[in-house]
Amino acid sequence: MAVVFERPKSLCDVRLHYCAGCTHGIIHRLVAEVIDEMGIEGTTVGVCPVGCSVFAYNYFNCDMIEAPHGRAPAVATGVKRARPDLNVFTYQGDGDLAAIGTAETVHAATRGENIAIIFVNNGTYGMTGGQMAPTTLPGQVTTTSPYGRNPKTAGYPVHVCEMLSTLDGVALATRTAVDTVPHIRETKKMIRKAFENQRDGKGFSIVEVLSTCPSNWGLTPKECIKRLQEECMPYYPLGVYKDVDTNVANAELLKMGGAI
Amino acid sequence: MEKVLMKGNEALAEAAIRAGCKCFFGYPITPQTELSEYLSKQMPKRGGVFLQAESEVAAINMVLGGAATGTRVMTSSSSPGISLKSEGISYIAGSDVPCLIVNVERGGPGLGSIQPSQQDYWQATKGLGHGDFRLIILAPNSVQEVVNLVVRAFDLGEKYRMPVMLLSDGLLGQMMEPVEFPEISDKQADKSSWAATGTKMEREHHIVNSLYIEANDLEEQVVKRYEKYAKIEETESDAELYLCDDAEIVVTAFGATSRIVKSAVNKARAEGIKVGMFRPITLWPFPKKQLLDATKNAKNVLSVEMNMGQMVDDVKLALDCKLPVAFFGRTGGVIPTPNEVLAEIKKLNGGVQ
Repeated sequence: MAVVFERPKSLCDVRLHYCAGCTHGIIHRLVAEVIDEMGIEGTTVGVCPVGCSVFAYNYFNCDMIEAPHGRAPAVATGVKRARPDLNVFTYQGDGDLAAIGTAETVHAATRGENIAIIFVNNGTYGMTGGQMAPTTLPGQVTTTSPYGRNPKTAGYPVHVCEMLSTLDGVALATRTAVDTVPHIRETKKMIRKAFENQRDGKGFSIVEVLSTCPSNWGLTPKECIKRLQEECMPYYPLGVYKDVDTNVANAELLKMGGAI
Repeated sequence: MEKVLMKGNEALAEAAIRAGCKCFFGYPITPQTELSEYLSKQMPKRGGVFLQAESEVAAINMVLGGAATGTRVMTSSSSPGISLKSEGISYIAGSDVPCLIVNVERGGPGLGSIQPSQQDYWQATKGLGHGDFRLIILAPNSVQEVVNLVVRAFDLGEKYRMPVMLLSDGLLGQMMEPVEFPEISDKQADKSSWAATGTKMEREHHIVNSLYIEANDLEEQVVKRYEKYAKIEETESDAELYLCDDAEIVVTAFGATSRIVKSAVNKARAEGIKVGMFRPITLWPFPKKQLLDATKNAKNVLSVEMNMGQMVDDVKLALDCKLPVAFFGRTGGVIPTPNEVLAEIKKLNGGVQ
């Protein structure tokens, strides 16, 4: 019988620990498909965060390093500087990348570190049970914003791609989502571009993927997708915020209305 | 072999390059400054990497990444910076990754002072971060020994797959002494069984990690590491014994302070006082057996340190309270004089007679 669909070689044949309906599985698969298709599994080193994807070292078949919370871009910098011949990626959540690891993220970006960053933004600290994240929307109820995030006391959410797109060292800053098949395809295209940028020595690439968290949002997977589309996407417009190949910069994107 | 006049910090940097260090990640701080400045000049010319990180926290995590590939990697800092690095040091120890961490100590606590100090003895030997772990701590007392111990630090780290700290201080870092660089073998330990260098599709993937979510798994890892530590205590502890054979008073001192103590011991000997000096070269493992040997005829022990009394705890523990142990120290960046130490020796000598 002809095989029409199978597990990417770069994914280990193990059961993932993610909750039902969580979109981490899709994003893992996209990263693994890109690694397979580029034929770079044997020369790739991944760096895991602290958060829901902390066990990603058990899921990707390439060599993996576990970083302290937020420090993945610094660890990746160390790997890449020591071994520029390796393909290095980090896989990080929003608490990891946009709160405790903000300095490491911004400075790896401004140095133009030749690495790829997969940034999964679901607006909550999933692993610790749904606390307020730097990307939690205003008004959103979490276990540490029980009356809804009040920007007057808890501040405003961080727009990571918008912020990073102002830095000269960034080759690619793009926001995608995994709510629909076209968006999943677009996400894969962008992840591939991030790895290709690294291969071609273009500098720092970040793919922000809007993601869901059924367990901590307290919604069914289907309701999560609806919320992602109706509440998250208007606040975090999808699009290419910076791309050195096409000279897309933040200002132009705003004119385009943020659509891919 | 030709001798050159060099500052301790610069000699340390030069020795690191000769020992095969390929990457330096650091953040500016006094009094380790010349070390990173020297490497920023030399590394690019000699096939290495110099990277000034955005923080000490980032620098130590770059060390984790670089060292995880099996590359010889180092960082250097001074006391407040080491506090910031302690998160990464704990992860590096928990991931069994070798690297060199240099602390050119200054006064504390807080911002403290930029003058020489030995206030980080406790931090180095007992509290470099959260969790059950050790680092091998080497404490040189001359620019020449700085050079020699840098080479040993890289070798020990790779032999036991663990981070090693070289504990220098503002005095050793800033002073100039003639130094010669020994022929250094470029032979490094085989790291192919664990380093993250890409599988090349020829082996199972390597995971460099400190997380063990099952309590029993973590206990097993830590116990295994402690078996390694026991072996290190057995085989790697090192000390200098100076005029200890007939010594009725043994003065213990490490690092730069031991140079001052040696002068005081010589002065006391000239006055007929039977005094010697015991100097641990490895602060962890603390050379207990060597201390017992050094104090076999002693009636009194005096620990002299540039702090308020830190190593003195280990001296007492090693002696099992069988001898009275006195302490003399200056702190905050103040350097004790040989005459001050001599006066303390005389106090004890008077007590003995």
